Amino acid sequence: MKFAVVVFPGSNCDHDAYDATTRVLGQQAELIWHKDTDLRGADVVILPGGFAHGDYLRTGAIARFSPIMQRIAAFADGGGPVLGICNGFQVMLEAGLLPGAMLRNDSLQFRCQQVHLRVEQTDTPFTLACGEGQILEMPIAHGEGNYYAEPDVIARLEANRQVIFRYVTATGDVNADANPNGSINNIAGICNQARNVVGLMPHPDRACEVAIGSADGLVMFESVVKAVIEGAFATTR
Amino acid sequence: MRARVFVTLKPSVFDPQGTTVNEALHTLGYTTVKDVRQGKYFELDIDAPSADEARTIAGEAAHKLLANPVIESYRIEVDSNAEATVSAAEKRGAAMKGARR
Repeated sequence: MKFAVVVFPGSNCDHDAYDATTRVLGQQAELIWHKDTDLRGADVVILPGGFAHGDYLRTGAIARFSPIMQRIAAFADGGGPVLGICNGFQVMLEAGLLPGAMLRNDSLQFRCQQVHLRVEQTDTPFTLACGEGQILEMPIAHGEGNYYAEPDVIARLEANRQVIFRYVTATGDVNADANPNGSINNIAGICNQARNVVGLMPHPDRACEVAIGSADGLVMFESVVKAVIEGAFATTR
Repeated sequence: MRARVFVTLKPSVFDPQGTTVNEALHTLGYTTVKDVRQGKYFELDIDAPSADEARTIAGEAAHKLLANPVIESYRIEVDSNAEATVSAAEKRGAAMKGARR
């Protein structure tokens, strides 16, 4: 099966995602330039981390106008699995693929550190191989990862079980100490209502081998391979 | 026609940068400053026949792009007397200066 990794001017984790899906996972992947309008038959789309369009105006604000985004919106509408990592998540929020917005980290610091995430839901293509409540360790690297939405939107996300990952302590507690950026309810990642579009601030792409600190992120890519092979999230492209 | 668009975080959204600036001002002795909200400022030169039309265009621009309505609100001022005072050369110079930063 094949991954499409979108490359915006300023993306800098495109090769992390490419390496994780090809060399580590053993699947096919193709880098797709943001001005392209064709996903080249990919089964899964990844919006990688970085600083698309230099984060001009707001993070992700300009990337939503890239030609490939219309194609990705149609792919997502058809049920195709789409993963947004870090800046890719920010792009999804600006493009309206997911609800909410990012604020500056409450510490005002760019946070680059390992964090622990608790898998809250396993019925998404990117978490179906996880155990519910499983704790994953992976890095974050962002200045604007303070997830915000109006209280009614947060209530809806929680009621619909759309919060997929929460920042927790190593032992799985949800508290302020475990929250690196001030996100409401320690939210680290969410999905859309159809559950095929997932965005998260931490980097599973940078946590696929023990040699670089953690291999806990690999389960997300293994999940989507399983989802596609089993036809759990078949696309209608 | 020149429209000025002021974008700030909504009152309900915590503004850590504004809070930090407020604290810094207090350190300087400006204790009468009670609150600071930090935002963005845009000047749009708009080719429009009336101030109302310029305001409409600026409003759409603010809603669709300049502000993110989830977290930000905006205010617009239109100055119908202001001609485009910044020459193209000055704009290019400013852009290059910005790029070097």
